[in-house]
Amino acid sequence: MTPLTGYLLVAALLFAIGLAGALTRRNAILVLIGIELMLNAANLNLIAFWRYGPHPEALTGMMFAIFSIAVAAAEAAVGLGLVISIHRHAHTTDLDAMNRMKG
Amino acid sequence: MTFVFCVLAALTLAGGLAAVLLKNTVHCALALTVAFAGLALLYLDLDAQFAGFAQILVYIGAVAILVVFAILLTKGSETPKDGVYSRNWPVGLVIAAGVFAVLGWAVLQSVNVLPHETGPAPTVTVLQIGNALMGRYVLPLEIVALLLTAALIGAVIVAMHEKESAK
Amino acid sequence: MQETISFTPQLAASLIAEILWLIPAVPIVASGVIALLKQPKRQASAALAIGSLGFSLLLSLIAFGHVLAGWAHKVDVREVVNFTWLQFGTSNVDLGWVLDPLSAVMLVMVTFVGLLIFIYSVGYMAHDENFTRFFCFLSLFAGGMLTVVIANSILLLFMGWELVGLTSYLLIGFWYQKPSAAAAAKKAFLTTRVGDVFFLLGIVWLFAQTGTLLFYSHGAGSIESGALNALLAQHSALGLTAAGAIGLLIFAGAAGKSGQFPLHVWLPDAMEGPTPVSALIHAATMVAAGVYLVARVYPLMHAGALTGGTTTALTVVTWVGAFTAVFAALIAVAQSDIKRILAYSTVSQLGYMMAGLGMGGVAVGMFHLITHAFFKALLFMGAGSVIHGSHDEQDIRRMGGLRGSMPVTFATYGIGMLALCGFPLFFSGFWSKDGILEAAKHWSVARTPFYMLVFGALLTAFYMTRQVSYVFFGESRAASHAHESPRVMTVPLAILAFFAMALGLIGTPAWPWFRSFLDGRAAVLDLHGFDEPGLFALMVTSTVVVFIGLGLGLWLYGSKSPAPEQPEVLERLAPAPWRWLRDRLYVDEFYGVTVIAFYGWWARVADWLDRRVWGGAVAGVAWAFRGWAQFNRFLDTNVVDGSFDKGCEELASGGGLLSRMQNGRVQTYLRILAVSVVALAAILIWSTRP
Repeated sequence: MTPLTGYLLVAALLFAIGLAGALTRRNAILVLIGIELMLNAANLNLIAFWRYGPHPEALTGMMFAIFSIAVAAAEAAVGLGLVISIHRHAHTTDLDAMNRMKG
Repeated sequence: MTFVFCVLAALTLAGGLAAVLLKNTVHCALALTVAFAGLALLYLDLDAQFAGFAQILVYIGAVAILVVFAILLTKGSETPKDGVYSRNWPVGLVIAAGVFAVLGWAVLQSVNVLPHETGPAPTVTVLQIGNALMGRYVLPLEIVALLLTAALIGAVIVAMHEKESAK
Repeated sequence: MQETISFTPQLAASLIAEILWLIPAVPIVASGVIALLKQPKRQASAALAIGSLGFSLLLSLIAFGHVLAGWAHKVDVREVVNFTWLQFGTSNVDLGWVLDPLSAVMLVMVTFVGLLIFIYSVGYMAHDENFTRFFCFLSLFAGGMLTVVIANSILLLFMGWELVGLTSYLLIGFWYQKPSAAAAAKKAFLTTRVGDVFFLLGIVWLFAQTGTLLFYSHGAGSIESGALNALLAQHSALGLTAAGAIGLLIFAGAAGKSGQFPLHVWLPDAMEGPTPVSALIHAATMVAAGVYLVARVYPLMHAGALTGGTTTALTVVTWVGAFTAVFAALIAVAQSDIKRILAYSTVSQLGYMMAGLGMGGVAVGMFHLITHAFFKALLFMGAGSVIHGSHDEQDIRRMGGLRGSMPVTFATYGIGMLALCGFPLFFSGFWSKDGILEAAKHWSVARTPFYMLVFGALLTAFYMTRQVSYVFFGESRAASHAHESPRVMTVPLAILAFFAMALGLIGTPAWPWFRSFLDGRAAVLDLHGFDEPGLFALMVTSTVVVFIGLGLGLWLYGSKSPAPEQPEVLERLAPAPWRWLRDRLYVDEFYGVTVIAFYGWWARVADWLDRRVWGGAVAGVAWAFRGWAQFNRFLDTNVVDGSFDKGCEELASGGGLLSRMQNGRVQTYLRILAVSVVALAAILIWSTRP
């Protein structure tokens, strides 16, 4: 078991945890938390591959991760703004109650 | 598998688990912060110092705070009456387990393919990163800048109080 | 004794023979044109009919003149014009016409008497509203009868025969609103039909045996010697040869048309038609067609006879004729309708003609036919004049004393009556009847027909005197005063009366012109003709018989005017026989019990069959169809529709099921997304395994 494999497994586990949270919690904000965890797991993957990959001096992995962080931050902002806006209308953040798109 | 790695990994995973399992939403947000910190330390362990500090700055310093603010603004501290887990929550669990299974399998499958020797730790200076940003990755930089601007404006508009309808 | 100079036969057709077909064709065409005219156009229709028949008379006279010229030059004229109408395989259906002495005299008689009757009808039918229709049918009848006369093909003869039968039906039932007239027309048609069936059988047999329908065809005709020899060689049932059997079949047809016993029942009833019809059709021409037919096929009927002897066919003809003569004369004695007496008289005289043909040959029978045509037509037209003058009264017991009020009619009627009785010397009937009696006296088979015919002559004189006494003598028993008929009716009467007397001249033994003309021999005026042994005795016998009949009639009836309600003289003497005779010897009733009853029974059987058996079959088929339709409807509703509806239901519920996937909850969508990604990733990784 190489170090890389260890990092990859940790990242996979973190990803699964984040997904579990996104799929099972009622609160919309907790779904976003789960999504953040997933994104972070992916970042970990990227850094691990950069470090143990063929050309670490090309900085590709690191750059990717940095941009990912920036985008994740922007996404979290917008997402939480949406949740706040929905809370203002429906007075709840319970996802189970939000089924107006029911077909 | 160094000892440091195991401790840091355990910390991160614990934080992540706590973030999704705790009942109190604020506790979840704080656990998330712990998870972020663990990850930052992992980056440092991987000789990606810039990424680690960026992680601390952005995630712990902004995103986590943002999450806490959102929780407070949506009265998330009150525990809902129907429980915190949604209906059919075992299904979600199973699906997540399935995802982990697939990913794990992929990783374990490719053990032979992945590079074995660990090269020397790369020395990454901020100058190099700066040069890279302004040179090779200038386009993504500018796009991300645009994206951040749009996200900023968008978030403000979305969360803004609506004007009352004209009488 | 006449010399027998054999004439040279002339067979090539002259111009008049070529256009002989115009003689029947023009009246038929005129009939067609009249049929298209509207009712009010009376003058046009009468003019067309009379004009066409006048034209036919002209052509007939020319033809007669041509034959006469030939005869004068000792040429035996028999010109035929034949043509093939249809061809199937190797057989031909031929039609054609013949111009010989027999057809020439018949042509002249039919057209002449017919023309006079047409002119007479203009006056008689003047008050009838169906004037145009009458002349249309009359013209059609004339065409049909003339076709029968000139036909050289037995099929063409049969066509004319049927046409004549049809027009007879139409004319007897002219006043079809009267039920009795309609019934009489049907009776006439059906009774002659019975005869026609046998006639048709004879035609078919003749055609099958001889292979040709033509009578004369330059030696190959069906009644020429070659064919006759072949027919004589064939033997059929009852000891007859084929010739005899065919002859009898053809005679059956003639018996129907000419009213011989037992097919005579239609003739008296046919008096329901207007009097010109009775005169033309049922006295002069149509009923004579049967006699003419037998004369035409005489070679066939006479074939196989030894010299001086006779054949079975001719024997049968003779006996039937003689019996009919007496039978009808007896019935005539007891009738009281003026036309019915004349009808039975016609039946009786036709019997005479048949007997004459059977015993004496063509000339004897034909001579009586020609003379009878004239005086019987005269008598009928006279009766018509009487009826017209007596304001449509037909019962002789309600007439009387018309001698004073209708003198012209009386005079001409008297002449006709004396001719019919056979009053000696000046009247044609005497000579023609004598010819028959003479042949009867010398008949080789038996003498009984002679005695029967003599008795018939006595009866004829008696009933005619009775009729004339009732109608013209004594005092009027009529309801209203009678008046003489108009000139258009009396002039034809006078013309016919003249001929009723004058025709006798061509048949006397001193100058037997008629017989010689028909037989193709020279005729010489020779008063020594009277010297034939037995001839004078015969003339005396017939004279005595006539006087006895006249005397009896005058004595019993004379100028007495018995009231209609009182029973007649003879009725008082012998009530039962009088009743039988008055009721026409119950022949009609016999038919009613046997033939008609059987027919009614058979009709009921057929009706039952039709209703139960065929109707049942049809109903069964309909029932089967309906059941099948029900079954199909069941299938359609339950199976087809059911399955279709079920399918649609399933689709709808499937859609319902699928729509439950859209529950509007984000986490559900996310879960599905995750599952799909997992699946795809698994597939991808699996496919890239080393």
